[in-house]
Amino acid sequence: MRSSKRNRFYFFLSLILLILVLSLLADYIMPFGPYDQNLSMALRPPDSVHWLGTDRYGRDMLSRTLSGARTTVCTALAVALAASSFGAFIGLICGYHKGKATTLLLRLTDVFLAFPSMVFAIAVAGILGGGTFNAAAAIAAVAWPKYTRLVRNQVLPLHHEYYIEAARMSGFSPLKILLVQILPEIIGPVLITAALDIGTIITEIAGLSFLGLGAAPPAAEWGSMMSGARNLLQTAPWTIFVPGAAIFITVAIFQLFADSLRDLADSKTPR
Amino acid sequence: MKRYILQRLLHLIPILIGITFLSFALMHTVSTDTVDILYDQNGGANEAAAAARRASLGLDQDFLTQYAVWVINILHGDMGNSFVSGMPVLTTIMDKLPATIELMMLALGLTLLISLPLGILSAIRKGSIWDHLVRLLSFTGNSLPDFFIAIILLYIFAVKWHVFSFLGTSLSMVPILPALTLSIAMSAKYMRQIRAVFLDELSKEYVQAALSRGLSYPFVITHYVLRAVLAPLLALLAVSAGSLLGGAAIIESIFLWDGIGKLAVDAIMMRDYPIIQAYVIWMSVIYVGVNLLSDIVCGFLDPRLTIGEKED
Repeated sequence: MRSSKRNRFYFFLSLILLILVLSLLADYIMPFGPYDQNLSMALRPPDSVHWLGTDRYGRDMLSRTLSGARTTVCTALAVALAASSFGAFIGLICGYHKGKATTLLLRLTDVFLAFPSMVFAIAVAGILGGGTFNAAAAIAAVAWPKYTRLVRNQVLPLHHEYYIEAARMSGFSPLKILLVQILPEIIGPVLITAALDIGTIITEIAGLSFLGLGAAPPAAEWGSMMSGARNLLQTAPWTIFVPGAAIFITVAIFQLFADSLRDLADSKTPR
Repeated sequence: MKRYILQRLLHLIPILIGITFLSFALMHTVSTDTVDILYDQNGGANEAAAAARRASLGLDQDFLTQYAVWVINILHGDMGNSFVSGMPVLTTIMDKLPATIELMMLALGLTLLISLPLGILSAIRKGSIWDHLVRLLSFTGNSLPDFFIAIILLYIFAVKWHVFSFLGTSLSMVPILPALTLSIAMSAKYMRQIRAVFLDELSKEYVQAALSRGLSYPFVITHYVLRAVLAPLLALLAVSAGSLLGGAAIIESIFLWDGIGKLAVDAIMMRDYPIIQAYVIWMSVIYVGVNLLSDIVCGFLDPRLTIGEKED
């Protein structure tokens, strides 16, 4: 049982590494330039030259999709990293130190959790103006509070553990206790939550781009590629289904990876 | 019970203050000068006129005073005027609200129709082919962004089957396709939660006890288990209503359904800040309100929830 769980985990981990390698090496493996226009080849269905067809400017869909992988996947990873470490940091502080300031911080996370996340992200991205960075910032702004909650609830019961009290009595600074004693205890659930979050973040980034609030149109980004091809659904459906399928496959792999990671962690710590 | 409802209502006050404060601060930091924006659209103005306008709008006051004035205006039903149309924001929102609520209600209804039977089926037939099928469906739905679901539905119903005219223009009076899109996205999450809650309940001892007393399985399910899971299922539904509200912005824009979501997206394109601000506040208030309502109904369904409210 254990080994099959571990195999599943390594299988999906290698798929994710494959996606990462593909997206980082996109420049070297794609058959055409993602921005190379060739109007005489516009809107060709998939064939042996253009495996996934071409868009309205004759740009190769395969190359654009590969190039879009980097934008989307790297942005999603960066957002997950930023949101989870920031949220976890606030959660560590709120869990360890009880005072007026931390109570206020907690209330603030409650307020953030009271916003429907996509509504808030749309508004933030809308106000900041378009662009990949602003879209990422908007999504990070709504993603962090759940880590604060999670970490705080993990830290609270640790308060009365002997080894924490021992560290305190030995004169360790609070920061050192948080980083050396407490952080290793709580990092697992944070990683699992972050892994589960990446799929959601990818769809949210694509959603913002689809609305025109992320990467701007000429950029090869999955959401904006789909948005730009909306009126081609009747005549050239591949221009919209190829990036859509790319999102679906990527999100599915990240979901399966997160599930396998959680299963593996569950089997390690019997409840 | 009264105390519980009162407690919930009191809990709401800091949240509402926080929501309005954040929305205000967000606009304040970015669109530092409303007057500049107003005049830029009308070809610029001299400094004296701009300063006078600033004073008349109270923009020369400090941040907290401006916030207080703004909140008091909202309480009086004044959310400012749209930069683009010049119409009061509140009437604009009120005009569009019914369409969005109609869409939400239809989507919620469809979600329950899809996810309740399938979720329960996969829980009571755990490990069967049905269970695997439902989990596969749920997994697939979870991996599809809602706008892609919308496009797939458009492709099937408008391009292939010609059931609806293309791209939402006069999709009929009832928002079937947008509601179906939202409910598919929501069901994917909700089915999984229903299954988990049901399995958890089925493993409890009272179920075994009832069965061993000779009560039939369907009887135990309908009379005991279904009742017990009602409260947690309602609470989960209320929480996922948030994704419904967010998804509505994209889906309404795709299907050209004339609701608040489309209004907000259009407002963003035209930098109509008062509308965006009102959109965030309204959606959050609706979300908080829905969760409050579900808390209260859950309190009636399961009175245990109303006592021992611990401050966490």
